[in-house]
Amino acid sequence: MKILRFLFFFCSFGATLMFQTVEHGFPNQPSALAYDPQLQLMAIGTKSGAIKVYGAPGVEFTGLHKDTAAVTQIHFLSGQGRILSLLDDNSLHLWEIGGKEGHSYLEEVRSFSLPGRPGIESTSATRVTVLLLKLNLDLLCVGTEGGGVHFLQLPTFSLLDRSLFHDEVMQSAPEEYKCGKSLGPVEALQEHPQQAEKILIGYSRGLVVLWDLNTRHVDNLFLGKQQLESLVWERSGNTFVSSHSDGGYLVWTVNSSTPCTHQPTTSTIPYGPFPCKAVNKILWRTTETGCVNLIFIPLLRAPLVLLSGGMPRASYGDRHCLTILQDSTHVTLDFTSRVIDFFTVHCIDQEKEYDDPTSLVVLLEEELVVIDLATPGWPTIPSPYLAPLHSSAITCSYHISNVPSKLWERIITAGQSQSDWPICGGRSVAPESKQKELLLTGHEDGTVRFWDASGVSLQPLYKLSTANIFQTDCDHNDSLTQAGEEEWPPFRKVGCFDPYSDDPRLGIQKICLCKYSGKLVVAGTAGQVIVMYLSDEKSDHMIDVATVDLLQDREGFTWKGHDRLPPKTGSVVFAPGFQPVVLVQCIPPAAVTAVTLHAEWNLIAFGTSHGFGLFDYHRRDVSCLFSRCTLHPNDSLAMEGPLSRVKSLKKSLRQSFRRIRKSRVSGKKRAVQEANAQLAEQDAEMAPVQRRIEARSADDSLSGVVRCLCFADTFLRDGTHHGPTMWAGTNSGSVYAYALEVPSQEKFSEQSVEAVLGKEIQLMHRAPVVSIAVLDGRGNPLPEPYEVSRDLAKAPDMQGSHSVLIASEEQFKVFMLPKVSAKTKFKLTAHEGCRVRKVALVTFTSVSSEEYCENGLVCLTNLGDIHVFSVPALRPQVRYDCIRKEDISGIASCVFTKTGQGFYLISPSEYERFSLSARVITEPLCQVDVDRLHDLTVLRYSKLSHCLHLQFEHNEVFSCVIKICSSKYLQARMKLPVRWFVARRKHFILGPVARQGVLQHYTHCLKSTPAVTLLQT
Amino acid sequence: MNRNPREPSAVEFGAEFRRFSLDRSKPGKFDEFYGLLQHVHRIPNVDLLVGYADVHGDLLPINNDGNYHKAITTAAPLLRLFLQRKEEADYSAFGTESLTRKKTPAALAAVLLRPDGNRKKPPIIISLPQDFRPVSSIIDVDILPETHRRVRLYKHGQEKPLGFYIRDGSSVRVTPQGLEKVPGIFISRLVPGGLAESTGLLAVNDEVLEVNGIEVAGKSLDQVTDMMIANSHNLIITVKPANQRNNIVRRGGRDASGSSGRSSDSGTSFYMASNAIAMTPSHIIQNFRPEEEEDSEDEEDLVIEGGGAAIPIGHVAASAGVTCSMPSLPRYEPHLNLRTSNGGMAASASMDTVSHKDQDMEVQAVARRSLEEDGTVITL
Repeated sequence: MKILRFLFFFCSFGATLMFQTVEHGFPNQPSALAYDPQLQLMAIGTKSGAIKVYGAPGVEFTGLHKDTAAVTQIHFLSGQGRILSLLDDNSLHLWEIGGKEGHSYLEEVRSFSLPGRPGIESTSATRVTVLLLKLNLDLLCVGTEGGGVHFLQLPTFSLLDRSLFHDEVMQSAPEEYKCGKSLGPVEALQEHPQQAEKILIGYSRGLVVLWDLNTRHVDNLFLGKQQLESLVWERSGNTFVSSHSDGGYLVWTVNSSTPCTHQPTTSTIPYGPFPCKAVNKILWRTTETGCVNLIFIPLLRAPLVLLSGGMPRASYGDRHCLTILQDSTHVTLDFTSRVIDFFTVHCIDQEKEYDDPTSLVVLLEEELVVIDLATPGWPTIPSPYLAPLHSSAITCSYHISNVPSKLWERIITAGQSQSDWPICGGRSVAPESKQKELLLTGHEDGTVRFWDASGVSLQPLYKLSTANIFQTDCDHNDSLTQAGEEEWPPFRKVGCFDPYSDDPRLGIQKICLCKYSGKLVVAGTAGQVIVMYLSDEKSDHMIDVATVDLLQDREGFTWKGHDRLPPKTGSVVFAPGFQPVVLVQCIPPAAVTAVTLHAEWNLIAFGTSHGFGLFDYHRRDVSCLFSRCTLHPNDSLAMEGPLSRVKSLKKSLRQSFRRIRKSRVSGKKRAVQEANAQLAEQDAEMAPVQRRIEARSADDSLSGVVRCLCFADTFLRDGTHHGPTMWAGTNSGSVYAYALEVPSQEKFSEQSVEAVLGKEIQLMHRAPVVSIAVLDGRGNPLPEPYEVSRDLAKAPDMQGSHSVLIASEEQFKVFMLPKVSAKTKFKLTAHEGCRVRKVALVTFTSVSSEEYCENGLVCLTNLGDIHVFSVPALRPQVRYDCIRKEDISGIASCVFTKTGQGFYLISPSEYERFSLSARVITEPLCQVDVDRLHDLTVLRYSKLSHCLHLQFEHNEVFSCVIKICSSKYLQARMKLPVRWFVARRKHFILGPVARQGVLQHYTHCLKSTPAVTLLQT
Repeated sequence: MNRNPREPSAVEFGAEFRRFSLDRSKPGKFDEFYGLLQHVHRIPNVDLLVGYADVHGDLLPINNDGNYHKAITTAAPLLRLFLQRKEEADYSAFGTESLTRKKTPAALAAVLLRPDGNRKKPPIIISLPQDFRPVSSIIDVDILPETHRRVRLYKHGQEKPLGFYIRDGSSVRVTPQGLEKVPGIFISRLVPGGLAESTGLLAVNDEVLEVNGIEVAGKSLDQVTDMMIANSHNLIITVKPANQRNNIVRRGGRDASGSSGRSSDSGTSFYMASNAIAMTPSHIIQNFRPEEEEDSEDEEDLVIEGGGAAIPIGHVAASAGVTCSMPSLPRYEPHLNLRTSNGGMAASASMDTVSHKDQDMEVQAVARRSLEEDGTVITL
């Protein structure tokens, strides 16, 4: 029986050796943006070479380039489910959304690098500056730094031999414009919206050329004099707009009668007359609703102009802005991070006369902002995914699985309502998760954010701020709104990324939530412990404040750290949601290091580096029930506080800057850093680092830090009577166990809780105690408060003898209760040389039967690997590599769920979720219906008979007869089907061909002939 | 063997001299002898420090059965004892060469009675006899290659730091592919006065191969550091000494009674002196099994009941009643009351401290066994 159990255990783990992962949050260091209006998908490229595609919530794909070069541009082959990416290393890559087993995935299919012309151009000359995908998706125009425009066949990436270089353009330019100067790199390429054969080429110097691809002839020249940044056509194709480095934009009219246009129709510098920064990108969208602008462009009805940059250099040169202009309405969106790119979601129907944009999507370095352009006032649309987790740095995280639907709905009601999300391509086919899961993140600015972690898209539900409980000097919202009235430019703060914390003391350190009673405990950096409850009504009340002296009678110590946060006096208005019941402030106000809540007993316990306390929030008129100092007399460091207030402010500023700097490290810099690291390694070999081998002593600094606290109903004093207990573990390997006298529910208001020290355990190896958990007679963890009384969990076994599992940084031990005699142990550090960072008791449910489950102790070590142990036998079961051991913040941020999943920060803004359990897996399962035509392969080309043998993707073979027609092109006729074919090693991939039994117009390069045209039969 | 049935003893206490005889063949136990001394001097309630002059003229302590027997067997024929009141004892009088300069009884007495007399250089000071305890040992000699050395450092509760540092390095290994440079962990520094230095068994540039039976190959410096610290209370390091000249040469049959009277410092140097290693392999415990040591030797956690005494977890019965207010107190009790008349011990008289240790463990183990339930994981 036992062996069977064991095997089963292994089976349930064995299926998960793949170690499923999924990412949540905002991609770190985004560098490119694209949108497919047909499939309604959005793609984001990052500096680490990742491509992420998003559609409707739950629809997402991730692709990673083989080289970790930054993605500089992305383009969708609209409707085909294909993505073209340009990397920093000048290589082009083609990605496809493929389908397998009912769900889609993203894969790279081809890549291409533009060859330099040997001897003529340097490598920088062929550096790609701009890409243009022709609307019919068979031709890619590539603009280069050298000023050349190259043409590539798609999706084969075959280079057509008709590149356009400066000299050809210059021939038609007037002499006075040439004056011996180069045109500079190609800055912009735009296809004529009506005539597919015409493209607009903009050179850095300012010259814009309307080029006819078929006739290879310059149709029009526009002699711009200002350095060019971007070009955009007006929908009709009669005018186009160019933006320039001086902060202005010009509107040009295309007049086919005059080959050379010297002056633009209009010229505007929106933030002039003083010098302005460049307008990096401009979009020009026509709307039906706007009024007629009669003065300059009679055909246009008040276009919507969107431009990024262009701010007055001296006064607002450091702002990250995007301007929306329509008629007399002018809004300057003021972002907190750099604008990477933006696009509008608008009507793409060729028949329609107007663009009619519905929304504007702006990708910033740290977040994604969507503006509703259809609604007056242009409000922002909250995003259902890609939330900037790091809008204020994450300081802690807490996960609750299996959230009751009642609490879930109340939290959603408290949070903001969702509006229509404009990007809704694809559909999620992932099964609806049975359980609701909440992820709570505590932030540096004192907020707690509630996220829906049930599925792939981590959706923000509710934001709780604790700053309004305290008097801080950061209430400057009023002054901002006042200034806004007369300010020019008309700034509007948009986005929520705000890395600068006004008061680091507000930072959230620990969170504990009772999912049945809606009680929440939030503890912070300045020793504040706030007990809250969920209320659906707005409230206006005073906050009860209690202070707890954790030093008690210890004398001769002075706290040199920060002051405690002064609570607000008088009544405070609280919005529906979590509202504070009582505020407990620890003295000295060191950061809270552990907190726990037992809502059934109305008790909270909290600990700092000085000691721990127990508090009855029901009888909050009484001060703290008891507290105990855990300080070692020699530990002066903990006494004085890690840093003085000035220092800590300085430090947090420094960290903020470092974070920002870090997030701006480009790929190149990273390469340099890596090289440096290698050099450092070599140096290390010359002068090796040495490590001191010494046993831990009792007076190590910060030995009194309380690391964990737990409540349990168990046998502490004798083996026959069980009762409420509280356990606390410290950094120096001490465990304190208290027996509590908790009065019955009716007598709560009369009697007070009493605590008596029951046991004190000193672990000999003195390693910090990371976790304490009490196991029942069957070796199962005790259920959470209310679970038994509300019939939500099986009652624990109170017959057999209980045991306590104490996990230190070095070993796990199970002690029998009440004698506290060692039962089992596993010495992890002594065996593996790794130290425990995070542990959790996890229930693994069998894949085949929901009835059967086993408990495991999951442990993340300082080497970033995860070990699973059986409980209470403490036998090692499996081990996975999870996080890089260098990723210290990732390891520190890891949080496990009760069902065998875990989250950790892979960047300041992204969580990676992994699954250890075979049953509980979160992965993006979604489907995108692509209108992609089938690939065709040329099997054989017979020169003699001019016969071409083709093979479709699914092995149907066709042949066609090719006739040589005039002007070097070939015409082909199709004969269907073919009985024989000869496979040749070299296949020529032809590209998209319609599948209705006929081939549409088609071109392809063959060795002997420049191109083949397959004609419809 | 000494055929003389009576052993004359000269005893001096203060200025008082007594002479009496003992049965050399049946010396009895130290406790009895101690009682006898108190009786002879009629000082039944005075705590005494007993010393004797050995054949080399060193003043050596008698405080347990072992050194008492040693003193009896080496007396030739007179055993000269020196008694001092404990509270006014001059510990510095003990040590080598303390009595060599003047060998007359009067001179001996003079040294004792005027300890701060005119000395040219301070003698080597031997710590208090009751502080004697194992500090280190070489183990598993029979199963390890001769080029390796497995050293056990005993750091139970004593204040002395382990006192060494390790570093990354590379060593050359012979592999089927020829010589290969492989990364390794080396001892980089010994702290003067630390445990590691004082044993003399570890040296700078010794390559660390194993820590408590676990190979360090493939582990990072930080991992090995953590492993060593995790095992710091009972650290067993297998090293490949940089200096291969002091390696133990294995002998077929060992001389069990090896060292009696042969070396002047044999009584004290087993655990302190390094130069004795090559000469006296007799104190090496054979067939040391780490797993056997593992749990009995593992420092036990301390439980303090609500308001009461501290009990080390695990062997409650063995040390019930021993109240330790702080866990850092030495757990090793004086050897006096632990000596059992276990004739089966293969140790020679000179090994007694080591054999004490064995018995000590056995006592604990027995006590523990009685506590354990069936099926638990603790192995003995």
